[in-house]
Amino acid sequence: MSQDSSKYVARHVKELPRSGIRDFFAIVSQMPDAISLGIGEPDFISPWHIREAAIFALERGKTSYTDNLGLLELRKVIVQYLESNFGLSYNPENEVLVTTGVSEALDITLRAIINPGDKILYHNPCYVSYHPSVTLAHGEAISVPTQAKNNFKLEPESLINAWQPGCKALLLNFPTNPTGGIMDREKLEEIARFAIDKDLLVISDEIYAELTFEGKHTSIASLPGMKNRTIHLHGVSKAFAMTGFRLGYACASSALIEAMMKVHQYSMMCAPILSQEAAIEALNNGQDSVQRMFEQYLRRRDYIVRRFNEIGLSCHVPEGTFYAFPNVQSTRLNDIDFSHRLLHEQKVAVVPGTAFGENGKGHVRASFSSSYEHLIEAANRIERFVGSL
Amino acid sequence: MNEVLKTIIEGESLSTAQIGEILGMDEEAVEKELSKLRDSNILLGWRPILNPEATEKEHVRAVIEVKISPEREGGFDRTSERISRFDEVESCYLMSGGYDLLVIVKGDNLHKVAAFVSEKLATLSGVLSTATHFLLRAYKEQGYYLGDKGHGTDKPAVSP
Repeated sequence: MSQDSSKYVARHVKELPRSGIRDFFAIVSQMPDAISLGIGEPDFISPWHIREAAIFALERGKTSYTDNLGLLELRKVIVQYLESNFGLSYNPENEVLVTTGVSEALDITLRAIINPGDKILYHNPCYVSYHPSVTLAHGEAISVPTQAKNNFKLEPESLINAWQPGCKALLLNFPTNPTGGIMDREKLEEIARFAIDKDLLVISDEIYAELTFEGKHTSIASLPGMKNRTIHLHGVSKAFAMTGFRLGYACASSALIEAMMKVHQYSMMCAPILSQEAAIEALNNGQDSVQRMFEQYLRRRDYIVRRFNEIGLSCHVPEGTFYAFPNVQSTRLNDIDFSHRLLHEQKVAVVPGTAFGENGKGHVRASFSSSYEHLIEAANRIERFVGSL
Repeated sequence: MNEVLKTIIEGESLSTAQIGEILGMDEEAVEKELSKLRDSNILLGWRPILNPEATEKEHVRAVIEVKISPEREGGFDRTSERISRFDEVESCYLMSGGYDLLVIVKGDNLHKVAAFVSEKLATLSGVLSTATHFLLRAYKEQGYYLGDKGHGTDKPAVSP
């Protein structure tokens, strides 16, 4: 029967591989005593003042739909937040769209811009959904490799080499999940010039912007000539530890937002109102909580990176996010075998780098958003594991 | 702020060896930093934070509002310091508002605390009046929320 019904599945969905993370999750979830460095979200729970704002909104009976674009008050707060933190300037009336997480924002962006066969450049390794999302929107994803020796920055030469006729957009994610790579302003300016030269739209997922440890985060939309060819994607999940609220937003020219809004209104309709209310509180009053978490991430990063290097797993210093991305090739195991054996032999979960694309090969992603006690114990176990090989 | 201090304030129970490992210092250097913090009266001591509900059979606590008269030389200090020296007094703060000192007193039972207030505290020269409030139930103790935390069980162990 199941064989019969599978014939109804669309070809492009059938051909889409499952995320490697899901398979790995199934194994880890059977091992309750494993220490997991595999979590793609903050170890903190949302600060109480934010949760309390959501409860208060519920008490006041905020249970309705909102404007398709999102609550105007939230859009105004978003505009103010982006202006004061990243020097961006948008009109809350028609250049901001509130979405159900950046995942939805990316999906509607791609569906709004891709004609079948359009090519979308993205850097690799990257967040797991980029390539599949392009495929699901009937586009063709064109991978641009980034490398550990360049701290996983997007090198303009690599972009030039990967570009081909038919490329419509460039998808960026800095700071990058899983590599922790960031872009300095000069390099980003080169990328911007290339985008202008090739008339590329830039889709910039900046969900980790607040977690930039080295220097200050530059938004590509703030560079000269870029605002109208950039869709800025952002949300409250990572910096404010609000992943479960599913609250993101997209900012772009009114023409692009209008197109994305059409897809959004016929699919999602609007982001959940309670999450929108919580986001108003987060963006207005959450800076202290963000700063406190930021400082804790920074110290944990320094510790885990040093340990990886001491153990002999060469690890560049991630300049943003809460992920370390050490190279495990010195063990002569590939990243998948390394992760599976580490889990079974020492009960530590990390995510194999190939889950994030072919250029993640030889690396594993380890989240350092965890207690010191866990990090120390995990590092000790990894050391024992590597020593036993 | 001092890095060692920052690490211990985060509230995890870490050994000096673990603190050293996190900060990339040897254990001796951490010990030295800690004794420096103690010597400069910044780090006052170490104590476990216990759930008052679990220890309520062993002692009671009271919050006492105390009005005192300031002295010509020394203001509130001399009386406040005299009160603070009693072992029964856990904390003592000079306050703005309707009274002068907020004194937190711990005793084996209600009678002992009452006796302390009436015999020791109220009779001190300079003390004008006291109002004693016994603590009935704790909901949060020194930063630790005591109710059902209700989280942490349903987060997936691996996520993208």
